[in-house]
Amino acid sequence: MSKKPLQFTLNGANKAVFVEDGQNLLDVLRREVGDFAPKYGCGQGTCGSCTVLIDGKPHLSCLTLAERSEGASIETASGLADGPDLHPLQDAFMEHFAAQCGYCTSGMLMAAKALLDHTPTPTREEVVEAIAGNVCRCTGYEPIINAILDAAARGRRFSA
Amino acid sequence: MTKHRGRGVASINYPIGMNLGGDPSQALVHSNPDGKFTVALSSIDLGQGMKSVTRQIAAETLGVPVEDVYVDTADSDIGPHCMGSFASRGTHRVGNAVIAAAKEARGVLLDAAAEELEVNAQDLETDGKGNIHVRGAPQRSITVRDVSIAAQFRQGRTISGRGIFLIPLSDVNPETGEMSPVSCYAHACLVVDVEVDDETGVVDVLQMNSAYELGRALNPKLVEQQLVGGAWMGMSHALYETTEPYYPDRAHAPNDFNDYVMPGPGDIAEHNIAVLERPAPDGPFGGKGPGEMCANPVLPAVANAVFNAVGVRVDDLPISPEKVLRGIKDQGGARPMPTPGQAGA
Ligand code: FES
Ligand code: FES
Repeated sequence: MSKKPLQFTLNGANKAVFVEDGQNLLDVLRREVGDFAPKYGCGQGTCGSCTVLIDGKPHLSCLTLAERSEGASIETASGLADGPDLHPLQDAFMEHFAAQCGYCTSGMLMAAKALLDHTPTPTREEVVEAIAGNVCRCTGYEPIINAILDAAARGRRFSA
Repeated sequence: MTKHRGRGVASINYPIGMNLGGDPSQALVHSNPDGKFTVALSSIDLGQGMKSVTRQIAAETLGVPVEDVYVDTADSDIGPHCMGSFASRGTHRVGNAVIAAAKEARGVLLDAAAEELEVNAQDLETDGKGNIHVRGAPQRSITVRDVSIAAQFRQGRTISGRGIFLIPLSDVNPETGEMSPVSCYAHACLVVDVEVDDETGVVDVLQMNSAYELGRALNPKLVEQQLVGGAWMGMSHALYETTEPYYPDRAHAPNDFNDYVMPGPGDIAEHNIAVLERPAPDGPFGGKGPGEMCANPVLPAVANAVFNAVGVRVDDLPISPEKVLRGIKDQGGARPMPTPGQAGA
């Protein structure tokens, strides 16, 4: 199997790796780059735990061919915090107890970030729609929905 | 097509720990030279909050700030033995083991402090902020950190403790069958309102109202969160999840999240929860823990609500649209019952 060079930015930093033919982006992020925030849940696009942002849009990295990410800007949950300062979404997830086992959390955070980046004041229905592809086994979703709505409200306070 | 509303109720007594006892857990606690404490457990925190709760229990018992305790769970290669995280036993069994271990470690901590302060260990108390001082004379004080350093580098003493909690296996009286199956029970009552579509057989959960008695809520927010998430699981078991195929051929069995259906964020229902705290005499600081009970009452309550809505008694899970429709057809149409707790009922 041949390996191809691949360059992209991950949370703003340049990355250059060699990827196998057909290797998916989740695998490349976890194994080649060492970013363990995106999680392998199902490997077939049905759980959302591997959600990352590619050029600002949410994608299931387990279904994304790595070589299609040449030159892309990729964001994962590892890039949310600024040093010790958590992202408003992370603060809100913490305060609303929106994580139990935490396996879905990084995917939920990225799905939520994609929403808030484009729709800073979402309705509850828009939040539900944004995370509808992300499975959570633990929380019953209610705390996650509340956290995202609260983060949106905080965002408004920040920019006000 | 008509949508029929129904209400169902379920109440449970739920045993904490394994049937007949005999399910021990151990804990080990030791101080580090920086004055912080490590609790080693083989118990698993799979999201229910065991780490947070055992951390609080250890800090409270040791008399140190909660930030100064680190709980290391789930390495059964090097941790002390635990039967596991099941049977709603974590808070109760592991919590009691942590208390025992932390008490022993606190004893050594105070002995070491007494040696440093040249006083009697019985005269010492902790302030919960990282200091140890002579009772009635707070100026005669030493930090937990300095005691740990002294124990480690001068006294040659390990500030550590071992704990086990074991309820011995209960004997069964051969004459009467009498036994003590468990040490304590938690209790719950849950009321659920549903809407059943008599054309599609789909059951929507509209609202849940519940009351839980689970000893002292050691971490009230975690308890509430576990009850919210658990009720979702209960609703999912009642109406959605099965590893069996809906049709007789195994080829139709679900293999992945496409076919193994669970309620999504758009299918959840409002859930109002009242937590009643009656500290359990043998629980760690009175806690029993919510455990499996957070999911269980939802299943019978939903089945009862479907019966109340359309008169169909489904007694195998999940209560799929097909089963509801077959039931309605067999009895020649929906037969709504009066709703308990409402006028005219
Ligand atoms: S791992 Fe990608 S959707 Fe489940
Ligand atoms: S917190 Fe466990 S899957 Fe969401």
